[in-house]
Amino acid sequence: MPWLYLAPALVVIGGLLVYPVYQLGLISFLEYTQAQVSGGEPTSFQGFGNYARLFGDEQFWQVLLATVLFAAACVVSTLAAGCALAVLLTRVRAVPRLALMLAALGAWATPAVTGSTVWLLLFDPDFGPVNRILGLGDHSWTYGRFSAFFLVLLEVVWCSFPFVMVTVYAGIRAVPTEVLEAAALDGASQWRIWRSVLAPMLRPILVIVTIQSVIWDFKVFTQIYVMTNGGGIAGQNLVLNVYAYQQAFASSQYSLGSAIGVVMLLILLAVTLVYLRLLRRQGEEL
Amino acid sequence: MNLFRGIVRRPWRTAAEAAALLIAAVVAFPLYWMVLSAFKPAGEIESTTPRPWTPAPTLDSFRRVFGQQEFGRYFVNSLVVACTVVVVSALIAFLAATAVTRFRFRFRTTLLIMFLVAQMVPVEALTIPLFFLMRDFGQLNTLGSLILPHIAFSLPFAIWMLRGFVKAVPEALEEAAYIDGASRARFLWQILFPLVFPGLVATSVFSFISAWNDFLFAKSFIISDASQSTLPMALLVFYKPEEPDWGGVMAASTVMTIPVLVFFVLVQRRLVSGLGGAVKD
Repeated sequence: MPWLYLAPALVVIGGLLVYPVYQLGLISFLEYTQAQVSGGEPTSFQGFGNYARLFGDEQFWQVLLATVLFAAACVVSTLAAGCALAVLLTRVRAVPRLALMLAALGAWATPAVTGSTVWLLLFDPDFGPVNRILGLGDHSWTYGRFSAFFLVLLEVVWCSFPFVMVTVYAGIRAVPTEVLEAAALDGASQWRIWRSVLAPMLRPILVIVTIQSVIWDFKVFTQIYVMTNGGGIAGQNLVLNVYAYQQAFASSQYSLGSAIGVVMLLILLAVTLVYLRLLRRQGEEL
Repeated sequence: MNLFRGIVRRPWRTAAEAAALLIAAVVAFPLYWMVLSAFKPAGEIESTTPRPWTPAPTLDSFRRVFGQQEFGRYFVNSLVVACTVVVVSALIAFLAATAVTRFRFRFRTTLLIMFLVAQMVPVEALTIPLFFLMRDFGQLNTLGSLILPHIAFSLPFAIWMLRGFVKAVPEALEEAAYIDGASRARFLWQILFPLVFPGLVATSVFSFISAWNDFLFAKSFIISDASQSTLPMALLVFYKPEEPDWGGVMAASTVMTIPVLVFFVLVQRRLVSGLGGAVKD
């Protein structure tokens, strides 16, 4: 009986997710370029040849390092902003709360392509308001490596903190008020209440939003692709996802692009294992 | 006087409320600027002293957007893709979530872990094998090539989130329904489904956004038939990195953002309670 209910899901996921993943792994072991796609040349097995090429390439390591650091910065900033604003939401009356909630939902609803172009306009050296307000003249934000990454980070945090804020806020609301009142009566400070009362009670929620943020931010694609025009000047703003895409579709190195995809998959798998261990330590049943 | 006394008595709350309003303004500012720029006349956008208002709002940019290409068609295409993905994935996820919470069977835990792992798969990396798959099935340049992968990619997260909602419906209710002579199908669709509906709304937000936002699949799979293109692609036509038509980009962005905003406002309440329900279990 359960298999009957599961059948549609398994068919769709099997055909359009599991099978492509298998193919991705397969292609990463083959020689696969434009010649093989058009059928001009037969595919040939390369073993770990593509991986050897990838790991021997200095740019790959640079991109990997940039991806990890950029994702970490995004996750930390998103979580900090989301949690702080969730606590703030519980401290204010209905009107400011509604205003902040609606603004956050607006940012959340904004499509990634749209958000990217709007933030580019805001920080445009010639026509953007931000440089005027900050008095930066025609300083270009996308020229330098770090300032370009910083600009993308701002956009990513802007559109992803609402998920954290709304979820954590819903979680705080579920905490009985007596607990918080008791802590306040005992003279605990705001920070102390957060650290010793709320954070432990919200642990399951915090684990979920952290894991989701890691998954999403590690895979950031649209923002980098649009805002830095496909990876920045000389690829200085490439992250793994965009790098794989560029290798595959811009340079027709499908096997190399697939190998990068496999590396990403393995890294995220490691994150999943950590997540599962965290869940198990909490004694939670799946 | 009252207001003043309030500030004196509760300085912290006043400060917190001022901060909340200020942050709300900062968060909303990019959206305001987008709409404002869409209504500005061409000369004013390209001004080196941008003003936060416009004395002469105009619909020129919107006319350019709707006139220059088959924008209306892209809009409908995007809507078809997103709505199909939302409805189909919600139904499939509902059935699957019911299976993994209401039944005990072999491989149940394995399946759950598989759904979790499936969420980690970097969608963009799969563009390569999916492209070959779509080509082999003759689906390139069709809306199906966008709908099918998005259903597959939104399912694992939807199932994972819906579990909590299905679990929250008491088992006793199910037994009572059967004692009253309800069939399995009747219980599933007339009792369980309405009860789980808020959860379905919360998850549908995520599948709607991912399908509506997608431009990678559209860019990779819709290669030669522009009539099957979607909104993000149409927007990027105006966006040339060297010399973007900011008015056009912002007008197209506004048109593209509004449906999602409407969708969000409609489901806002259910979203907040839905997320709360999903994480509580």
